[in-house]
Amino acid sequence: MDMNEIKEIFFQECEEQLAELETGLLKLNDGDRDPETVNAVFRAVHSIKGGAGAFGLDDLVSFAHVFETTLDCVRSNKLEPNQDVLKVMLRSADVLADLTNAARDGGTVDEARSRQLIKELEALANGESPQAAAAEPAPKAAPVVATMPAPAANDEGFQPVAFSFDDFETEEPAACDLPAYDIVFKPKSDLYSKGNDATLLLRDLSRLGQMSIHCDMDGLPTLDRMNPEAAYFTWKVSLKTDKGEEAIRSVFEFAEWDCDLDVTLAGDTPVATDELPMQPVPFDLSMLDEGAQAPTSAAQDQIAAQERDARDAAVSAAETASNVLQMAQTAARPPAEAGRNATTASSAAQTAAAQQAASAATPTIRVDLDRVDRLINLVGELVINQAMLSQSVIENDTNGTSSINMGLEELQQLTREIQDSVMAIRAQPVKPVFQRMSRIVREIADMTGKSVRLVTEGENTEVDKTVIDKLAEPLTHMIRNAVDHGLETPEKRLAAGKSAEGTVRLTAKHRSGRIVIELADDGAGINREKVRQKAIDNDLIAADANLSDEEIDNLIFHAGFSTADKISDISGRGVGMDVVKRSIQALGGRINISSKPGHGSIFTMSLPLTLAVLDGMVVTVANQTLVVPLTAIVETLQPEASAIHSFGASQRLISIRNSFCPLVDVGRILNFRGIQANPVDGVALLVESEGGGQRALMVDAIQGQRQVVIKSLEANYTHVPGIAAATILGDGRVALILDVDAIVSASRGQSLKPEISLAAAG
Amino acid sequence: MSNAAKNLTTGARELIAFRVGNQEFCVNIMSVREIRGWAPATPMPHAPPFVLGVINLRGAVLPIVDLSARLGMTPAEPTVRHVIIVAQVKNQVVGLLVDAVSDILTVSDEEIQPTPDILSDFEKSFARGVLAIGGRMICLIELDAVFPREEREAA
Repeated sequence: MDMNEIKEIFFQECEEQLAELETGLLKLNDGDRDPETVNAVFRAVHSIKGGAGAFGLDDLVSFAHVFETTLDCVRSNKLEPNQDVLKVMLRSADVLADLTNAARDGGTVDEARSRQLIKELEALANGESPQAAAAEPAPKAAPVVATMPAPAANDEGFQPVAFSFDDFETEEPAACDLPAYDIVFKPKSDLYSKGNDATLLLRDLSRLGQMSIHCDMDGLPTLDRMNPEAAYFTWKVSLKTDKGEEAIRSVFEFAEWDCDLDVTLAGDTPVATDELPMQPVPFDLSMLDEGAQAPTSAAQDQIAAQERDARDAAVSAAETASNVLQMAQTAARPPAEAGRNATTASSAAQTAAAQQAASAATPTIRVDLDRVDRLINLVGELVINQAMLSQSVIENDTNGTSSINMGLEELQQLTREIQDSVMAIRAQPVKPVFQRMSRIVREIADMTGKSVRLVTEGENTEVDKTVIDKLAEPLTHMIRNAVDHGLETPEKRLAAGKSAEGTVRLTAKHRSGRIVIELADDGAGINREKVRQKAIDNDLIAADANLSDEEIDNLIFHAGFSTADKISDISGRGVGMDVVKRSIQALGGRINISSKPGHGSIFTMSLPLTLAVLDGMVVTVANQTLVVPLTAIVETLQPEASAIHSFGASQRLISIRNSFCPLVDVGRILNFRGIQANPVDGVALLVESEGGGQRALMVDAIQGQRQVVIKSLEANYTHVPGIAAATILGDGRVALILDVDAIVSASRGQSLKPEISLAAAG
Repeated sequence: MSNAAKNLTTGARELIAFRVGNQEFCVNIMSVREIRGWAPATPMPHAPPFVLGVINLRGAVLPIVDLSARLGMTPAEPTVRHVIIVAQVKNQVVGLLVDAVSDILTVSDEEIQPTPDILSDFEKSFARGVLAIGGRMICLIELDAVFPREEREAA
């Protein structure tokens, strides 16, 4: 696995964390004050920061860091997560998402925005309690901690050591009550040659209590006299711990002979810190102290290095880990002494915690969509093969009760179950798309100065991944429309007797084998007079046209139709509702509007659950079997000779309830036969194309209606005009799926010839 | 294994030889995925005459090219005795209808003679060389040209 793959995994994880973050923040926004929610939010940001550090994504790290600090204040109840705070946080989450995307795709981010948010976050962190940012979280109700005094102020200049071992220090008693030790640690070069690392020792030390550290670089010779293998630094550590000197010495147990170690009890007064002024020594400090308020840029690399070391399973499940650890330590440690025990217990507990963390992780795996597709393909083949096998057994076996028949029946059941399960693999809840929409709503609301609440329902409704991926774009546009055009300004709303805050409701549900997504706003509804006028101006309808309300509403799906008076940031991007309609139709879906003046509009989209399967009408044309998508068919009819009218040299029309519809011979237009078939011998499928035109497609016979699995023609062949895709029938043969729109436009005189001639070369 | 090792050092290659009409051709074995019997193909609208249609290859749609027609000879009339060579051409998979597969040849680069100097489209588009093996003449063909280039770009 190379670095890029690891990075890819990190970004995938980021996506999950960002979703988690947003869910949590929205929960908080709804008044949820469960500490677990706050912790989940904190964890999400923390994990992103940790990973970003490992990959040296400095922008991301520094933003996440500030964000984390502010979240920490919420976690420790220093900051009340009210609406204003959450507003900033939600926007920060957006920026974090931007930064993540920028880091992945190499794009740019709005730096002014992120700087502004950093300021706001810092203000929040400092606003209510100036030291809040530096303080580590007040613990949750864990047994050990409950009896401890509250963390003391940081007046000695101590900063709790925060790096990835999250909550270790929360179990520590308040600093001022503890004996302080001065430790002078001078590694010899032997220490390094034996593979020990001073950083690791110091890190171990930091777990014992609150620590301040100073690197004495006085011994450092000038560069020309430096021996690269020698050790020149001395560390002066001031540590507050209740674990006793023995615990401190045990940290250096294996390095004892390779360093000069001096441990003295400093007494109650924090002399140590006075003697050791905190001068910024980024090389060293930052490695141990990611809680520093403003890490210098040099320090960031070190943080990155540190995090790389520290990022393991226990980090991502810090909560679980620390709880287990606390329990283990309480059990193992008599209050006054036995530091050594505590250390061993803690390492044991750490292992246990890591194991538990690993098993507590959500049992999911990440799989390439390609692999799943391959599986789906194979299962489809299995089903076809099984059907063929059944067929031949029935043909050859006269004894209906034979064990072969029973076995076959079982096989049939199994294959069906396998097929269902495999299809379910690709099914995913619509939640991620819905979550993205809440960001869109926030942004548009900010831009338009409207106050909007997004309510989502049924976000666990599952639908095929391919559909979800293609849903985001039309949905985004519709949400923009709903907020920008649909909802009134707060003043207008109040004047109309509504609450100032508009509501946009996004609902997903299953209905008769399809997914129905509804977008409702409680705005002003469609201004039909305006729409009508606009349509007349654009020559879409005649000035005196008599249209029903529904017909007028549907006018907004016409290309180039916008009811916005002015072109704003949000509208006027050249993407109209016509594009929405087209992309929904491309998904095999339909879209409807219903609008009530003064009460808002509801857009209803009905989509297939999967793009891999299509409901089709299986028909015969010139001895070939073709599939016509059911969504395109309005009705089928048996033409009578009296209903067929010739029109000019070659055109024929069929009269349906007193209107005339052009007849299209599918066999002729696909070049399957040279002359037009007699319509009376066949069946006419009345279809409606995207452009709205109706055509009667002539086919020879209808075989039936069934679901077919869509196969790509382009993969091994090429695009064939008039053919949308292929499928495989029960007998194992390939059948082509008709592209109704292309056939209809071809019948208008546009060519249905391949763009290039295959016969040209050769 | 030892063959493969030898191939690397001597530049020898393995070829699959087959018969189309009364001529013998061969292609690099590395591009051949499998060899299967003829199955009725579904005709494609607007397809050039040498594309017989598509068949179902374990769930994938596989176009079948009548190699005889493609090489400018008499179009084949497929029977159950005909054979489809499933070959990988670039990132597409194509079925080639041939009369029969005759041989697997291991030849060195030196044994491949340049295409005789006859000016024809056929030579320019397909032939990459000829082999003389046991009094037979076998033409090495390049599968890239089985589907014309423009068409692959369009795909």
